[in-house]
Amino acid sequence: MNQSISFFSGFGPKDLWFLPQAAWQTLVISALSISTGTLLGILFGWILSESKIIGAVTLGLVLDAFRSVPLIIQLVLFYNLFNVIGLAINPFWAGVIILAVYTSALVANVARGGIEAVGAPMRRASRSLGMNYLQTIRHIVWPIGLRAVFPSWVGVALGVLKDSALVSVLGHPELLKVARDLITRTQQPLLVLAVAGAFYFALSYPISRYAAHLERKWQS
Amino acid sequence: MIEIKELHKYFGALHVLKGIDLNVQKGEVLSIIGASGSGKSTLLYCTNGLEAIQKGEVIVDGVSVHSKGTDLNKLRTKMGMVFQQWNSFPHLTALENVALAPKIVKGKSKSEAREIARQQLEHVGLGDKIDNYPSALSGGQQQRLAIARALAMEPEYMLFDEATSALDPELVGEVLDTMRLLAEEGMTMICVTHEMGFARDVSDRVAFFHQGVMEEIGPPQQIFGEPTSEHTAKFLANVR
Ligand SMILES: Nc1ncnc2c1ncn2[C@@H]1O[C@H](COP(=O)(O)OP(=O)(O)O)[C@@H](O)[C@H]1O
Ligand SMILES: [Mg+2]
Repeated sequence: MNQSISFFSGFGPKDLWFLPQAAWQTLVISALSISTGTLLGILFGWILSESKIIGAVTLGLVLDAFRSVPLIIQLVLFYNLFNVIGLAINPFWAGVIILAVYTSALVANVARGGIEAVGAPMRRASRSLGMNYLQTIRHIVWPIGLRAVFPSWVGVALGVLKDSALVSVLGHPELLKVARDLITRTQQPLLVLAVAGAFYFALSYPISRYAAHLERKWQS
Repeated sequence: MIEIKELHKYFGALHVLKGIDLNVQKGEVLSIIGASGSGKSTLLYCTNGLEAIQKGEVIVDGVSVHSKGTDLNKLRTKMGMVFQQWNSFPHLTALENVALAPKIVKGKSKSEAREIARQQLEHVGLGDKIDNYPSALSGGQQQRLAIARALAMEPEYMLFDEATSALDPELVGEVLDTMRLLAEEGMTMICVTHEMGFARDVSDRVAFFHQGVMEEIGPPQQIFGEPTSEHTAKFLANVR
């Protein structure tokens, strides 16, 4: 009896402190998976756009699979798979790895679009000036492609930030998991969810503001 | 000097150039005319190594363009090319468009490259547009920007692939004037063109292409006055 009373305790000021800590976890998971996923995705997008070989076809197929299977299934499936094959991996790193792969599949498509936004005539013009392949990529394809698909990439990044909530199914104390635990304990779903939601907003808002600022700068 | 010897080019099974023999001397202006699809653009692309060839040879100042050891990037710096579509780099100002290749290909300092760019933009009459982005320039201005961009590499040859074909009629003149200016300055030029007036007035020689074959080549008076090939005569009758 006593135990359950303390379990359903009221919402104390101490509890509020759990949420920013959890938000920090969400931020770290998202930052790690978005950054590595983006780097990988650019590499995959480049392979997809440059090669017509069988490798690109296979890669395209694998990425399609990661894009179309619901993330929550991927998380549970691969987390258990890691454990079955004896890879002692904690929920945090499992979440980061799976989210990163998922992000890379989404970014690969975006990156390929960006590379293909710079047509063959533009590249030929660049090569005709004596610029080599890498210089053309670095100074022509990258900046033009980036401007073309940056809004799509921001969409992917914000999506992954929100989707990182699904890592809660693995039990890592990120925002959603902690919010759920708090609700169970305090029976204050509205308050807790509102605060958790506000944290997601606080994480996303600077990104979309900065993105809008960059886009305005490039438009001039 | 550009020497093209027994050049054959295929796209898959399509035989696009069927044994072209052509020499262009330093200082010469050669115009290439002919119907669409006759292989004129492909010849230019083969000349600066943008397209591989299947047979024959292209030699520029003694360097065999399609040999394995040839540094194509270095070779291209002495052959400027202007395309039908001007392909301005949209993320760079006019000045940056022109300064980019001197800086990263030739290793000029930033200020040197900008000075070269300023001079070449003056040269083509865009001295007052150096800070404009391409989106703020007309087609004719962008095509002159493309010419300045090529000239900034201090090329010894200029290849023009229908430089005025994509332009609104009222903008053709300013680009032709710029090309005329280059010819007067002694630039060696190969101009694929549909502007018969330009070909007649400016060229030292005119070559007529028909279905992958160079049917005839000669001084403009002869080609336009008394063509020896009936294909040439027919083509000229149609464009007039
Ligand atoms: N990259 C390519 N792949 C396949 N066929 C091509 C390619 N480029 C040109 N061709 C073909 O080669 C022929 C000559 O083309 P082109 O040199 O562009 O002619 P022109 O410049 O005289 O109009 C055309 O039949 C064209 O369809
Ligand atoms: Mg052509």
